[in-house]
Amino acid sequence: MQVKTLLAGAAIAAAFAIPLQAYAEQAGGTMRVYHRGTPPSGSIHEEATSSTVMPYMSVFNNLVMYDQAVAKNSLDSIVPDLATDWSWDESKTKLTFKLRSGVKWHDGKPFTAKDVQCTWDMLQGKTKARMRKNPRKSWYWNLDKVTADSDTQATFHMKQPQPALLALLASGYSPVYPCHVSPKKMRTNPIGTGPFKFVALKQNESIKFVKNEDYWKEGRPYLDAIDWTIIKSRSTRILAFVADEFDLTFTADVSVPLLKDVKEQAPNAVCHKVTTNVSTNLIVNRDAPPFDNEQVRKAMAIAMDRSAFIKILSNGENQLGGAMLPPPSGGWGMPAEVLAKAPGYGEPDEDVAKAQAMMKAAGYGPDNRLAVKVSTRNIAIYRDPAVILLDQLKAIYIDAELEVIESSNWHATVARKDYQVGLNLTGVGVDDPDVVFFENYACGSQRNYTGYCSQEMMELFKKQSSMTDQDARRKLVWEIDSRLQGDVARPMIDHRVGATCAQPRVQGLTVMVNSSYNGWRFEDIWLKK
Amino acid sequence: MVAYIVRRTLLMAVTLIGMSIIIFALLRLVPGNIADILFDSAGFVDPAEKAALEEELGLSDSIPVQYWNWIVGLAQGDLGFSYVSELPAIDEIAPRIPITAKLAALALFFSVLFGLPLGVISAVKQNTWLDYFLRVVSLSGLSLPSFWLALLILMAFVTWFGTIPIYTDPPDNLWDELLLYSIPAAAVGFRSSALIMRLTRSSMLEVMRQDYIRTAKAKGASDRSVNYGHALANAVLPVVTIIGIEAAFLIGGLIVTETVFNIPGVARFLVEAIQWRDYPIVQNLVMFIGVIVVLTNFLVDLLYVSLDPRIKYE
Repeated sequence: MQVKTLLAGAAIAAAFAIPLQAYAEQAGGTMRVYHRGTPPSGSIHEEATSSTVMPYMSVFNNLVMYDQAVAKNSLDSIVPDLATDWSWDESKTKLTFKLRSGVKWHDGKPFTAKDVQCTWDMLQGKTKARMRKNPRKSWYWNLDKVTADSDTQATFHMKQPQPALLALLASGYSPVYPCHVSPKKMRTNPIGTGPFKFVALKQNESIKFVKNEDYWKEGRPYLDAIDWTIIKSRSTRILAFVADEFDLTFTADVSVPLLKDVKEQAPNAVCHKVTTNVSTNLIVNRDAPPFDNEQVRKAMAIAMDRSAFIKILSNGENQLGGAMLPPPSGGWGMPAEVLAKAPGYGEPDEDVAKAQAMMKAAGYGPDNRLAVKVSTRNIAIYRDPAVILLDQLKAIYIDAELEVIESSNWHATVARKDYQVGLNLTGVGVDDPDVVFFENYACGSQRNYTGYCSQEMMELFKKQSSMTDQDARRKLVWEIDSRLQGDVARPMIDHRVGATCAQPRVQGLTVMVNSSYNGWRFEDIWLKK
Repeated sequence: MVAYIVRRTLLMAVTLIGMSIIIFALLRLVPGNIADILFDSAGFVDPAEKAALEEELGLSDSIPVQYWNWIVGLAQGDLGFSYVSELPAIDEIAPRIPITAKLAALALFFSVLFGLPLGVISAVKQNTWLDYFLRVVSLSGLSLPSFWLALLILMAFVTWFGTIPIYTDPPDNLWDELLLYSIPAAAVGFRSSALIMRLTRSSMLEVMRQDYIRTAKAKGASDRSVNYGHALANAVLPVVTIIGIEAAFLIGGLIVTETVFNIPGVARFLVEAIQWRDYPIVQNLVMFIGVIVVLTNFLVDLLYVSLDPRIKYE
């Protein structure tokens, strides 16, 4: 009896042990990922593109980061990184971080609070060492200073309470840089404290990273190395993934129509179809005629049939929303019933009729059509919606001509305001109103392309930023978002959906659903042998 | 002959100087510069930061000063720094040249290996089913867009063999290298061999109607001796010209092949450098390609003398 019991117990134990063993993390191996093009540099703070942040995020640590195993970034999914703990003072304007001790930079030098101070001093332009570009200056509008209280404690001093500061600091775009390394070196040979060390970048060829054997997080990373192969041709790289040359695709590189092909040709591939928090939108030059006329701007914005865009461009997969990514993926976007009340989001036929009336009031009509140019980048994901827009504008007496701008000149053209209407894509680093509003709609922000500026809205931006009750903040954010659509600040067309695919052997990967920029630490990923 | 070589050398120098001015001027005429493009990846352009960057890269100097600095540097062997990688331009360019040179040499080898004999066969067997077949094959070689053919090859490999013949890592040995380059070289060589085949055929047909061929046949010379000893030897001159042109073209003209097969050679690098307005890379690379083209033409001209005793350079 005892023997039988023992045998039964052993059998049960074995039955459990097998799956446990099968799913135990296995260390070692090189993960092969393809990249869509040579990154402009390795310095995350100087770039605003997933081309840099996806490969290089694994070189660095933040003070805090988004839990890499939670798909939806939010204040609740923030976990310690270089900071072990953090606390707000009573006035909610001082955020103090206790820092991990014993952490070393990849060159062997110790990490201290001075590095934290130095990083944010540089972002605020207070250091002698200057970065060539500082695309996220607007994120720190409320930051007064950062102090290094001791080697293991740093404090962020804010001008007003800003609970969402943590959300910004948790982004892949917010790594801590070493004080002793120049910005130039950070562009070409970045040094971090992260799980992987940068080895080399060969333009048009590859980027290589190896495991940081001295990584402070015990048992991490699992991988020995990450090899990125740069493949410019999308057809080639997708075929190469199908042929099992790569473990992982570039983030959101598989478009909705392509996903069908990939699934057919590589049925075992695990593909994550997610919202990327990249929106398609219009930028309208409100300083130049005819769009200095508010009626014409509004008519154009409400005449767009957004569902038609979504259906044509993504087989209906892209999402309808305002400035903020809509739920359920987004944490702050207007729900459908609120969105339906926003200007331009009602019934398309009724909206077109309203827009026609506005155009007539502005002096245009079937016999006096308005000729405009719609400018966009010479990239398919920009051109395709622009062509649909041209067609839709005909209904409101606008004869638009497409002006395709060479991709590399796009932002220069926009900065010169050398356009009438531009069809643009905007990527959002963090799904938080503090990022979206201050980056894209605040007076004086470098990335507020249209120059939209309303003091009343600025006050609302600041008010929502200071709110600690997140539910009340959400309601205010919806109101702001709706008003931004009504003001034609940057009319939204859709929020894009894309897929990231991995081979089934890739374990521990979570693809974020509300940002393409925050989930690439790679320290928890392992390859099933 | 010596006087001819000296004269041609001087002419080559003048050509290269002219080319340097043209490429330098054209690059500056294209809208935007590296500062615009670097800011593009940051999603904005800050006029003050842009001006500082232009100053740092020497782009705020006058155009003649920029040209002079480049030429003086070039004469001293200093090619400057890549604006993108911030590494010496020579370190970026030099490793890519052998890659493209090997691919081009293999492509040229394939094209001559197939183009020349098939052209002779097609001419000798004029108006037979074999001639028709070869002409159809050569026409398809000329008319198939190379990107399409290359993608078709990749798709065929993935579908039938579950693998893809693209460059992902540097090959470990000569055999791997040969295997890696042979598929893209065949894709490029198909077009070149079609061109060589058609030219050989038409040139052969013209020669085979000459009196001396008829005389050779009348004297009882064998078909092989007539076709290869007399006809081909005289028909090969225009073919050599086209092979020379193809050789020069292949050094800078493999853009599509390098892109589709992901080969990190100079052609793809040049296109990317143009897109980035990476002046030091573009200027020096175009000059290098120019030198290759000029030298190849010169060598082809010299080759004429040994191939045709009637040609003499005074």
